[in-house]
Amino acid sequence: MAGLELDNVTKIYRMRGKEPVLAVDRLDMAVGDGEIVGLLGSSGCGKTSTLRMIAGFEDATAGTIRLGERAIDRLPPARRNIAMAFEGYALYPPLRVRENIGFALLRGRHPRGEVERRVGQVAEMLEITDILDRYPPTISSGQQQRTSLARALIRDADLHLLDEPMSQLEPQLRAILRARIKDWLTGRRMTTVFVTHDQTEAVALADRIAVMEQGVLQQFGTPAELRDRPANLFVAGFIGEPPMNLYPAEIVADGGGPAIAVQSAAGAAAFRVPLPPADAAPALHERLTPGQQVHFGIRPHKVRLGTGDLSGTVLSNRWLGDQSHIGIDIGGCLLTAVTPDPVPGGADGTIAVDLPAAAINLFDAEDGRALFHGLQEAGP
Amino acid sequence: MQHHRQSAIARAIRGVLLTLVGLFFLFPIFWVVLMSFQTNADILRTPPSLFFTPTLDNYVALITGQLDTAVGSLKISYMRNLWNSLVLSSASVALSLLLGIPAAYAFARYRFRLGENIAFTLLSFRFAPPLLVLLPLLLYFQDLGLYDTYIGLVWVYQLITLPLILWIVRGYFEDISPDIEHAYRVDGHGWLATFLKIAVPLARPGIAAAALLAFIFAWNNFVFALILGSSDVQPVTVGALAFITASGIQYGQIAAGLVLSMLPTLVLALLAQRYLVEGLSLGAVKG
Repeated sequence: MAGLELDNVTKIYRMRGKEPVLAVDRLDMAVGDGEIVGLLGSSGCGKTSTLRMIAGFEDATAGTIRLGERAIDRLPPARRNIAMAFEGYALYPPLRVRENIGFALLRGRHPRGEVERRVGQVAEMLEITDILDRYPPTISSGQQQRTSLARALIRDADLHLLDEPMSQLEPQLRAILRARIKDWLTGRRMTTVFVTHDQTEAVALADRIAVMEQGVLQQFGTPAELRDRPANLFVAGFIGEPPMNLYPAEIVADGGGPAIAVQSAAGAAAFRVPLPPADAAPALHERLTPGQQVHFGIRPHKVRLGTGDLSGTVLSNRWLGDQSHIGIDIGGCLLTAVTPDPVPGGADGTIAVDLPAAAINLFDAEDGRALFHGLQEAGP
Repeated sequence: MQHHRQSAIARAIRGVLLTLVGLFFLFPIFWVVLMSFQTNADILRTPPSLFFTPTLDNYVALITGQLDTAVGSLKISYMRNLWNSLVLSSASVALSLLLGIPAAYAFARYRFRLGENIAFTLLSFRFAPPLLVLLPLLLYFQDLGLYDTYIGLVWVYQLITLPLILWIVRGYFEDISPDIEHAYRVDGHGWLATFLKIAVPLARPGIAAAALLAFIFAWNNFVFALILGSSDVQPVTVGALAFITASGIQYGQIAAGLVLSMLPTLVLALLAQRYLVEGLSLGAVKG
């Protein structure tokens, strides 16, 4: 077990006769010893390329990769001491599930009895004890995926890489296994990097999440940081379900003090949110100047209904059994709100809306960088 | 009921059609086998008849190398030709496998400068007429001392066998998920071990099919050995020319020679069948 350090790692795919593709752009990332990190992003964002460079199936175009004290980016995969679970499972077809899982241990001259015991242990954790004597082509894809996971999790490698580890599992099983796998990894202090496009999975499994888009690391932080302090517009819109309400806006100096004038998609003025007084949020008044173009964002969970100065029209009102999703039109802006209790009343009619200043996020209109989270200035 | 009767009729029609097609393709072979047990007189009788007194004379003549014709006795070396065919075809396929499998793997797994061009050039050997290169080759071979040697012919046979093996096996390698190899490498193995223990065994059905096909093509080759060798190294395809004698064409011996020359490929096909079927069942694993 060891920490992993990516320093300025870049991957450019050059195909003859085609434009070079920048898959990973100057990625800096440090994963602590025993830490679980999720690489999260849509397809083509560079997360799988990153994983394959760490494993050694792709050469980094530039940059260095260190695992513990060793620089591993020039080593062949066999000498990196890494375990990996593949998205396509990649099981050995002629070997039984049992032999597939214990393969690396047997080769590492572990006593047969110990291998049997450990295979039994990991199989029980992943609920594949009943198929240990079957061959990979005869089991379901979910079972193949768990076999592939077991083959990686059984090893005492310095680093464990999991590529979309639970994509083929049924939802109930997935929820159970997430918790068990997390326990397994933390109990053994296994340094882990996994790739997923499912943010629920990332949040449930990871200590920290690296959000990637178009080859660039957007933000690397704990799930709470990503939720409460998104570094830019992309992360703000990407993380969270339902996604953050985001609108273009302008800072204006009213008769009653500075405010944020939010615009609808059509560009018309929709509603205004006054800035808190200068003594409560000095930075806000210092940094924002009238006429400045920004993006205004607020999470659906932070919107308060039934109080406040704003008034909107309810467009939709859905009770999901444990929360309400409410669509509200405020001056041409569609605002989504989530409340823990059902909101009474029909789909029509007006409703009072409060957008608390402490929950407001402001982003630069030019580069999307976060300016403020609530009343606090966004960090670098 | 209606449905059942119809499907029974359909089955019957299908059976009849299949039998017809089978007869159409197998009849020449059947006829050749019959001819190999007939004397020349029986063969040339009009109208031809299915009833005759079978004779082993044709086979005896081939095996003893003594051909008795109306104008006298003639020495032939058909058994020698058969042996040459075996040596040439086996050695050519073996050499092609040795060279072609690693090359196919490289073409399947790696992109490199001029890679596609090299692969296509190798394929183009298959559709360029061999006569194009034969005369210059003959001159070089005589200079180099390769004329009339096994080594020389096996070398030239690579034009036939190598492209076939390379292109067929390449397709099989491309169908194997590279991640299986990656998994093996992560488990602590080098690329050579991965190639030998994972890639080659998984492509074995393709290799068997390609080898069989290459063997048949090599076996059936005629012009290379006709021009680049003497009867010492010539295969059955060239050797059969000896049956066109001054006193006429020895149909009986030709037929017997054909039957003998079919046997090795037949045996090989039956042996390779196991791997070919295995290839079909492995298809379920992919992906």
